[in-house]
Amino acid sequence: MTPVLELRNITKRFPGVLANDHINLTLEEGEIHALLGENGAGKTTLMNILYGLYKADEGEILVRGKPVEIRSPSDAIALGIGMVHQHFMLVPVMTVTENIMLGAEVTKFGPFLDRAAAAQRIRELSRTYGLEVDPEAYIKDLPVGVQQRVEILKLLYRKADILILDEPTAVLTPQEVEELFEVIRSLVAKGNSVIFITHKLKEVMAIADRVTVLRRGRVVGTTRPEETTEEELAAMMVGREVSLVVEKKPARPGDVVLSVRDLHVRDERGEPAVRGVDLDVRAGEIVGIAGVQGNGQTELVEAITGLREPEKGTIHIKGVDVTWASSRQFFEQGAAHVPEDRQRDGLVLSYPVRDNLILNMYYKPPFAIGFRIQEKPIEENARRLVQEFDIRTPDIYTPVANLSGGNQQKVIVAREFSRPIDLLVASQPTRGLDVGSIEYIHKRLVAKRDEGCAVLLVSSELDEIMALSDRIAVMYEGEIMAVIPAEEATREQLGLLMAGVRPEETSEKAQAPAA
Amino acid sequence: MSTQEKKRQEHNKEQQPAEAAKTLPWWRVVLDVALLPFLAIITALALSSIFIIISDTELLALWRHVFSEPGVVLSASLKKLELSYGALISGGLGNPSAIWDGLRTWIQTGDSTKLITSLEGIDRTLVYSTPYIFAGLAVALGFRCGLFNIGVEGQLFVGAMAATYIGYSIKGLPMLIHLPLALTAGALAGAIWSAIAGLLKAYTGAHEVVTTIMLNYVAFRLSDYMLTGPMKRSGFNPVSPPVEKSAWLPKLAPDPLRFHAGFFLALIVAYFVYWFLWKSTWGFEIRTVGANPNAARYAGMSIAKNFILAMAVSGALAGLSGTSEILGVNHFMAQAFSSGYGFDSIALALLGKSHPLGVVLASLLWGFLRAGATRMQSAADIPIDIVQIIQGMVIVFVAAPALVRMIWRIRAIAEEGETIFTRGWGT
Repeated sequence: MTPVLELRNITKRFPGVLANDHINLTLEEGEIHALLGENGAGKTTLMNILYGLYKADEGEILVRGKPVEIRSPSDAIALGIGMVHQHFMLVPVMTVTENIMLGAEVTKFGPFLDRAAAAQRIRELSRTYGLEVDPEAYIKDLPVGVQQRVEILKLLYRKADILILDEPTAVLTPQEVEELFEVIRSLVAKGNSVIFITHKLKEVMAIADRVTVLRRGRVVGTTRPEETTEEELAAMMVGREVSLVVEKKPARPGDVVLSVRDLHVRDERGEPAVRGVDLDVRAGEIVGIAGVQGNGQTELVEAITGLREPEKGTIHIKGVDVTWASSRQFFEQGAAHVPEDRQRDGLVLSYPVRDNLILNMYYKPPFAIGFRIQEKPIEENARRLVQEFDIRTPDIYTPVANLSGGNQQKVIVAREFSRPIDLLVASQPTRGLDVGSIEYIHKRLVAKRDEGCAVLLVSSELDEIMALSDRIAVMYEGEIMAVIPAEEATREQLGLLMAGVRPEETSEKAQAPAA
Repeated sequence: MSTQEKKRQEHNKEQQPAEAAKTLPWWRVVLDVALLPFLAIITALALSSIFIIISDTELLALWRHVFSEPGVVLSASLKKLELSYGALISGGLGNPSAIWDGLRTWIQTGDSTKLITSLEGIDRTLVYSTPYIFAGLAVALGFRCGLFNIGVEGQLFVGAMAATYIGYSIKGLPMLIHLPLALTAGALAGAIWSAIAGLLKAYTGAHEVVTTIMLNYVAFRLSDYMLTGPMKRSGFNPVSPPVEKSAWLPKLAPDPLRFHAGFFLALIVAYFVYWFLWKSTWGFEIRTVGANPNAARYAGMSIAKNFILAMAVSGALAGLSGTSEILGVNHFMAQAFSSGYGFDSIALALLGKSHPLGVVLASLLWGFLRAGATRMQSAADIPIDIVQIIQGMVIVFVAAPALVRMIWRIRAIAEEGETIFTRGWGT
């Protein structure tokens, strides 16, 4: 049987980088094909070539055995290739129907939109594939998991039968991931074919029929989940043995360093985002905050670190009231902050490594005497930290924009970890990083804990929370549902808490997970 | 353990080449930074030739015969261009042989008339450049903080008014006190005027483009009022009384040359702006706020404070621009004494990539073009507006480096550096 899609010798060069190096990939009809690789391995480049966003330097694409040229996304759609991007492309103030028909509008009497006809087709499609969605609902009112269904419906509506899903599970709870997998299975059962891009090994094992591993723009190999193991896949992905577990000794918690009481914070739209959070973090322990993105973790961290004014409640660091403190006062208390969005908050991309390493200490001796910046200590500091934290940069004058994501994060980690601190707030410290960098940052976090630092870790990766934390607090809709000692926590229990099921209900629900 | 270390090192090695390729030797970067503006100027001059030919009706008529007698038409056109650009250069820089001649006469006979006449071109260029340098630095400093100060022209008027007032109303002071006092007054007035826009931006979010434009009109009308009322000298014309000699910027060349100390003051201030932006914590904050306000907030900097500070310093520089014209050249204030220095300065900051050195060089070019234009008009009968066309095209090409790269087929290098002009509306 001819494969529905075949990529032959796809090569794409960017200045100084070979993003795709003679990549071959086949997708059979009705197959779920996982594309596994670290960030920067070339997965997204390859898919962008397939979707007509980039042009390959070499190689050819065959759809159903016929060579095709894809110059734009509309060419791709015409060939039945559809893509769900990692960041959804939906208009929040429009309804599901409007979003789906956008760009493929059905009209009646000339220029008038025929919403009813479109809604009818959407209902049919939802029924066929088990994608429950209310066509009249507004996108902004829908949970993320449902928004993703809308994205998938958008493709089916355009009659795509080769579906590319780019990291589709990043924003979902474990339960929603399960639901998504059901949907994917029903899609392939009806003759569609799916390319599933991911860097998560568990998902590959759970859903893929075949998996192709990419590393540094090259295909390392293609295999079947039943013929391999997670460890083997990880080694293929990274090119060396990786320890998937974080080694750490039991915590020896000391005094309370960070103490949050009845904290209420509003988000930028003025909606309550944090609703009455109580939280203590002790010296020498890591408290992990688990939760699906957008449940108030961001606002909680911003309030603690002085970037957002709380509505009410108190925050104390080492007994000092910092409820209304600025970011500067927060740092002055011997605290450090690894921000959630490193490129937005943590770095000035156009600045050299050197200046980013003193971004929040530029006014202090030895980096400045009075108002005069001292070049020499700044450069010595930069050289020392680049060495100590293994930041891969050509020199300390290179703008951080030119570094890889992992090395950008190392710049922040170097800056925040290198001064004496008692409290570390790390938000999504490994998001989007390669396995090697993740391993490195995890080790550093545990080392900081062992030095007696109090660590508050916020992550939407449940594995990360479970691997690093000594205690786990689960946040849902601005509240802390429960704080559980890490050794007692199970995935299922955390997953239910993340979905908003109260602890007292957990035992019942656990028996009937289908609900 | 050791095998793992080894593997890790291999891993490092693999990563090196791609990253190393991203840095370039410094000379390559300098060349790229300087090359593009230079090519932009060349391209603009080449294209302006078309306008020079069109502006000459006789020559244009000749072009009808371009197919029958191409040789005649082309040589006539080339002659015209040679005459025009020759006049531009001699008007802006002077004629080298005349300068040499003048120098020899002066040494041999002690008669300096010839030398002085031959230096008039260079003198005009430097005198015209002086207010441009100050005003260009004002806009550039704003750009570094992500602020678009369109109010330089207004701040320039307010600064000039303050300096003029101090200059004529106080009498009998020694120059060592009077001149610094007048300069300070000019800078301070400009700073206060633009700090209004800074305050509005910091505390109400009013966009500085709108507020500075509005403040320009207030400044223009205010100076009209002052010059027809409180600051009017007795007589018919709406001009201020003459500034006391003790407040003049010392003249550094004999009449009729006008070269004065303001030029050196401008160079010193340009160095100061460089030091302020790159060697002081204030400048670090201003640049950080300009490059990434979120990161600035994260790092504990006050965005409001830096907006106000940057606007005030920018306004002080703008004020000095007007002040140096009053104290160095005019020695009194007239209505509309500035011929748009404040607006041209936006172009200068763009051309100079918001760097003090770049601004100085761009200002010298602008001064040169203006000085040369006068000669071009008299010697080659070219409308003075042609210079504005040249200037306009230089800006177009500088603002669109891709266009210049395309014309001259230069490969782009990856890094554009930290050049920030301004952020979008309402941010």
